[in-house]
Amino acid sequence: MTDDPIHHLLVKHLGQIAPDIPFDEVDPQADLRDEFDIDSMDFMTLITALGKALSLPMPEADYDQMRSFDDLADYLRSQTARGSVD
Amino acid sequence: MTQFLMPSLGADMEDGTLVEQLVGPGDPVHRGDIIAAVETQKGAIEIEVFEEGVLDQWLVPLGTKVPVGTPIAEIRSAGEPEKPDMPQPADPAPAPPPQEAPQPADPDMPPPMPEDPGPTPAPPAAPPPELASGARQRVSPAARRRAARSGFDLTRLGADRIISLADIPDDVVAPSAEPLSAMRQAIAAAMTRSKREIPHYYLSDSVDLTRAEDFIATYNADKAPDARLALSVLYVRALAKAAQKHPDFNGHFEDGRFNPGQAVHVGMAINLRGGGLVAPALHDATDGEIAQLMDRLRDLVQRVREGRFRARELSDPTVTLSSLGDRGVSGITGVIFPPQVAIVGIGSPSLQPAVVGDSVQPRRLAQITLAADHRVSDGHNGAKFLRAIIKNLQHPEQL
Repeated sequence: MTDDPIHHLLVKHLGQIAPDIPFDEVDPQADLRDEFDIDSMDFMTLITALGKALSLPMPEADYDQMRSFDDLADYLRSQTARGSVD
Repeated sequence: MTQFLMPSLGADMEDGTLVEQLVGPGDPVHRGDIIAAVETQKGAIEIEVFEEGVLDQWLVPLGTKVPVGTPIAEIRSAGEPEKPDMPQPADPAPAPPPQEAPQPADPDMPPPMPEDPGPTPAPPAAPPPELASGARQRVSPAARRRAARSGFDLTRLGADRIISLADIPDDVVAPSAEPLSAMRQAIAAAMTRSKREIPHYYLSDSVDLTRAEDFIATYNADKAPDARLALSVLYVRALAKAAQKHPDFNGHFEDGRFNPGQAVHVGMAINLRGGGLVAPALHDATDGEIAQLMDRLRDLVQRVREGRFRARELSDPTVTLSSLGDRGVSGITGVIFPPQVAIVGIGSPSLQPAVVGDSVQPRRLAQITLAADHRVSDGHNGAKFLRAIIKNLQHPEQL
C-alpha cells in the first residue's frame, strides 16, 4: 500500500499540517481531524492542497466521505479513477 | 532621519532580541515592509516599518537583546535627509507601538554593541547560554519557533548560513520537561494581569447559527476550496459590526482611562500546535467584502501556523474573538487580553431543539459569551452589544 501515490500525497500534506503527529500511531479508520488534531481551517488547507495536486473540485458536499484517513484515501482514489468521466 | 524602535508587542513585553535584519544599509524601505525579526517570549515576530525611505544603518547587532523603545535602526526619509523629527505618515489607526515610553537602557542589560562584528562569522566556540552577539547567526522565524518550543540549542548549528526549519530536527519537537515554556510564561503574565486588574463581568446567550451555516454551505457549493468561507469569518464580521456601534467594547484601557479604537481590529485567538495560543489582529474587520476578509483570515492563520506574524498584529487588537470551531464544547467564557476591554467567545454549534414561532424545530445552536471590563461598561450595554452580534449572525447575507 505504501507505493500508492495517493497514500504518499496524503502523508506529505498531513505531515506539513500536523508535523508533530507520528504517523504510525494514527488510526486510519478513526476521525481524521481528531487523529491529527486539525481544526476546520487546517482541514480547508488540506482539502485545498489535495484538490490542487489532483485537479479535483473536492466539493464541501463530499466532506462526509473524507472523515477518516482511509475514507479520504478511498475518496481520492475513486475520484481520480473517474478522471475523464467528469 | 527617524529612529526605528524596538516595538512593544504586548503589555507584558519588556525587551526583545533582534534576530534578523532583512534589509541592509542603503536599501530602500517602504511602509509595511518587513525589515527585521525580533525574538520575544511569544516567538520570533516580523517587524514592519511605518515609513518610506532608505535604511541608513542598523544600531543594534544581531542577537542583541534590548529593552522596548531602544532605537534599533535609523531610516532616512527620501526627501528630507537631515530633519530630526520627521512626522510619520498618518495612520488610520491610533499610532501603533511603541506606546510605552522609551526606557533608558537598563544597566543590567548588555548594552547595544556599536562595534561592527565583521563579516567573518564567529565560530560557536564554547557557546555561552545565549549566542554571542557578534556571531551573526541567522535563523528563520519558523526555525527559531520550533527550536524554542523544543529546547533545541541553535548554537549547535553554527553561524555560517541561514538556519531554516529543515535544520531543526523533528525528533526534538516533543513535549519538553521544562516547567514553563516561554509561551506559557507570556500567557501566564498576560492572563494574571488580566485577572488582577480587570473587573470582568460575563453575559451569555444562545445563538442560532442555522442560517449562517446554510449561507456558508450555499456560498461554498460551487467554489474552489481556497475560495470557500469558514463560519468563523461570519463571527468576525458580526462582532466587528457590532463593536463599531458599541464603542465601549472596542479599544484599550491604559493609564486609568479608556481609549476607544478608531477601527475594529479583531484579535483572533488561534491555537498553536505544540501548545499555547496567540491572538493577532485581523485589521479593519468591518471593511471589504466577506470574501476578502476570508482571504485575510486564511493568510493570518497560515502565517501563525508557520510562526510568522507581524508586530502590529499582536499589539493592535481592539477586541478579541475566541471561537471553538465545530469540534469543541458548547461554550467558552474568555479572559480579556489587556489592555483590551472585551472578549467574545462562541462555542461549537450543535443540533438542538429550539422553539421557532409556535413549533419546536431542530436548530444549530451555540453559546455566545461576552466577558467585558466593568471599568468601561455595564451589563445593560453589554447585553445590547451581545444581542447586536447575535442579530448580525441572523443575516449572514448582509455581512
